Amino acid sequence: MCKDCGCSVTEEHHHHQAHETLHHNPQLNDSKTIDVITKILHKNDHEAAHNREHLDKNHVLGINLMSSPGSGKTSLLEAMAELADFSFGVIEGDLETNKDAERLKAKGIEAYQIQTGSACHLDAFMVHKGLHHMDLNEIDICFVENVGNLVCPASYDVGMHLNIVLVSIPEGEDKIAKYPVMFRKADLILFTKTDLLPYFEYDIEAEKKTARTLKPNVDILEVNTKDPQSIKKVIDWIAFKQRFRN
Amino acid sequence: MHEYSIVSSLIALCEEEVGRHKAASVSRVEVKIGVYSGVEPHLLEVAFDTFKERSICKNADFIMHIQPLKVRCCSCGSESELITSRYRCPECESTNLEVIDGEDMYLMRLELE
Ligand SMILES: Nc1nc2c(ncn2[C@@H]2O[C@H](COP(=O)(O)OP(=O)(O)OP(=O)(O)O)[C@@H](O)[C@H]2O)c(=O)[nH]1
Ligand SMILES: [Mg+2]
Ligand SMILES: [Zn+2]
Ligand SMILES: [Zn+2]
Ligand SMILES: [Zn+2]
Ligand SMILES: [Zn+2]
Repeated sequence: MCKDCGCSVTEEHHHHQAHETLHHNPQLNDSKTIDVITKILHKNDHEAAHNREHLDKNHVLGINLMSSPGSGKTSLLEAMAELADFSFGVIEGDLETNKDAERLKAKGIEAYQIQTGSACHLDAFMVHKGLHHMDLNEIDICFVENVGNLVCPASYDVGMHLNIVLVSIPEGEDKIAKYPVMFRKADLILFTKTDLLPYFEYDIEAEKKTARTLKPNVDILEVNTKDPQSIKKVIDWIAFKQRFRN
Repeated sequence: MHEYSIVSSLIALCEEEVGRHKAASVSRVEVKIGVYSGVEPHLLEVAFDTFKERSICKNADFIMHIQPLKVRCCSCGSESELITSRYRCPECESTNLEVIDGEDMYLMRLELE
């Protein structure tokens, strides 16, 4: 996959030499201070951009799914398999088991399990390895199911185009206010398991308001896996975005 | 606890700089941590102190500058620091903002010996 895009070439040359200035310290002439001004995760960001190149070349839309553990990421993918017109593959970040990938394969979806042990997030390098196992010619959408965690995955660009962040009703109120960095990253927020609203003290309209205070232009949908109409809306949103990737 | 992954990226950057400047070690590491970067400064400090032992940064002081969220308003042009997570221009109430700082982590400066 990477032979033609040159990713085996080292990236040292691209280091931020331009920003650099030397200050010699006159008192201690064996010590010097240098201004570096480089993003700590710049290697990850560079790899993320590279992943997007792979997707773009194949006209594939990449979507990163993030949420707490158990908010319904795999269930959503399973439900979409039955209803979507687009074809998709999934890079699974369920690092300890391959259960989620097996669930998806059982539905006929191409799924690749990333195996890196017990990391709390995926990074662009792990996803790049996963992309090597995806037949990008054959799919319209590539999902990454990130590790269930509302903190760490928010710091890592994995090289997709869009982020969908799920929050389920049983998790309780205030998740959006408590994890602003994650919800700021969302292009679409999905309130999941809405069939459970009657059983929980959960003011969904207030939560939506909080989301829009944090990110005024965010899209929001409600999902209940037993209601095909709600899954259809998610599919429509994705299909709409996908039309601009050709 | 991705603070450990972040520190290992940071130390790798320090090692590159040491190599490029043919220095022997790092005596000071200065970073800028955005309040909305997703890392907990205290945990980052703990992770740095744990990891530095086996690295070129063994004797380095760790200086963190915490960067508030800074936005530029696309409607009225003013720049402001936001203290709450309410993304709205304090001058004109517009929500059409561009974040200019406070969402990233940077290695700013190194003192090499
Ligand atoms: N009532 C209800 N339960 C749901 C819904 N969607 C998912 N669930 C249940 O929630 C549980 C967790 O769902 P998963 O899809 O495995 O969640 P996940 O986000 O993939 O979990 P991790 O990969 O472990 O982080 C399962 O028992 C699902 O059956 C829903 O719309 N309504
Ligand atoms: Mg799952
Ligand atoms: Zn590649
Ligand atoms: Zn490549
Ligand atoms: Zn973590
Ligand atoms: Zn303004």
